[in-house]
Amino acid sequence: ESADPQQTAFALRKAWTLYSVTPLHRFRRSRLSDYARLLSAFIAAEKQKGLAVEVGVELDIKVALSSLAELRGSELDQAALLVQLSSRSRASSKNSEDKLVWSGWFCSMFGDELSENVPENFTCLPLFLTHGAESYTSLVGSWFQKTFDCCFRRLAISPLNLSWMVAMWAGYKLERAASAVELVFSMPCLSQPLDISYAIHPEDAKALWDTVQKTPGEITQGEVDVFMDCLYAHFHRHFKIHLSAAKLVKVSTGIASAHCDGIVKILHSQYLPGVLMLLTELAISQIQ
Amino acid sequence: MSVLRPFDKLPMLNSCALLLVGSDEAIQQKLAEAMLREKRSFNISIHLATSLPLPSERDHLRPRIDMVVFMIDIKSKYSLKNVETSLAYVDASFFLGKVCFLVTGVGRVNACSIETNAVCKLAEAYCSPVLFCELELEGIRAATAQRLLRMLQICAGHIPGVSALSFVSLMRNSNVD
Repeated sequence: ESADPQQTAFALRKAWTLYSVTPLHRFRRSRLSDYARLLSAFIAAEKQKGLAVEVGVELDIKVALSSLAELRGSELDQAALLVQLSSRSRASSKNSEDKLVWSGWFCSMFGDELSENVPENFTCLPLFLTHGAESYTSLVGSWFQKTFDCCFRRLAISPLNLSWMVAMWAGYKLERAASAVELVFSMPCLSQPLDISYAIHPEDAKALWDTVQKTPGEITQGEVDVFMDCLYAHFHRHFKIHLSAAKLVKVSTGIASAHCDGIVKILHSQYLPGVLMLLTELAISQIQ
Repeated sequence: MSVLRPFDKLPMLNSCALLLVGSDEAIQQKLAEAMLREKRSFNISIHLATSLPLPSERDHLRPRIDMVVFMIDIKSKYSLKNVETSLAYVDASFFLGKVCFLVTGVGRVNACSIETNAVCKLAEAYCSPVLFCELELEGIRAATAQRLLRMLQICAGHIPGVSALSFVSLMRNSNVD
């Protein structure tokens, strides 16, 4: 199940903002270069209209669309689609390299629940991840919406889902010394915002998860609850604060980190499919 | 340590007493105020508690409790745990329609820390109805207050021909039959 490291390297160690996307209508894999040209023209036209994305230096935005055949889960999944915006300053010489200013990719990892039920002519790529300026995200998003009649929505992650992620990721085995398992809570009902950061040694977290999980490869809500309750109880014993009454806003482990606003960072290529599968599931449940 | 019993005291004339149990005192207060604002023809006393058991020292001053509402905030796992431990201090005969679970915070799906399934299972286990609402919104708070008042009237026996036991039969899943 491991994807080609070359193809997936771009996805690692970047903070991706998540969106859910409804199926694309009449998207043709063969027309990628046409789409790139059209999107490029669209961006140039929007800039002419005065929706300048960067003040000062004149930038030509070059668009590249590519298919990532390796980034998919099941047979029903569509291959991932990568969109990259690079700039070359007009002032610099012809030989200067293009600078990548924005990237976004659509993907579906075991999104069978959605792909099984769509009519023909629809392409299912429910998860959209972006990295770069928000202004470019809205330009690319509005072009896709107009061209393929789809709808983008920010994908927020609830505390319930964040606790699933931390339980799952804390349980994964990592060869090298990993970073701590950290949970960040936001305390409610206070005049000043207050965040509590709870860091656990990764080996301790894994040991705890191993005692909780009954069947390897399977996780139940009950097991996640027990894991979290142990963490809450431990914290309460030392600090007399009930973290279960606070809002879990961010979790981070050696595998990946996730924020409730829908921002994810994946650090390990081995677990990329697993993380993407979870995110695809969240995206699909937001669409339905 | 006093277990709450439904019929260990005599009722007062034309009065009902409601007990709200929940970890969020501010929202309890708001709900109680909304209920007191409603027009009604009977006396009502609303008792607020963060958890059970109620302190036994003041037991002789309390009226007969007609209905208990357990409040759970979907954003707080702690509120669910609090309700679960409090349930042990309610006599089994209360669960014949005189207990209701009120889940608030459902307006913010992205902030939920509790699975709604878990709450529904809890309510099923205790044969009591669950009401889902968003008490932060004034309109819904007023509507919820009205519903609870109506339920309270029935629990106190003020409505002839309808007893609290009707709530239990209303909860039967139509798919099961």
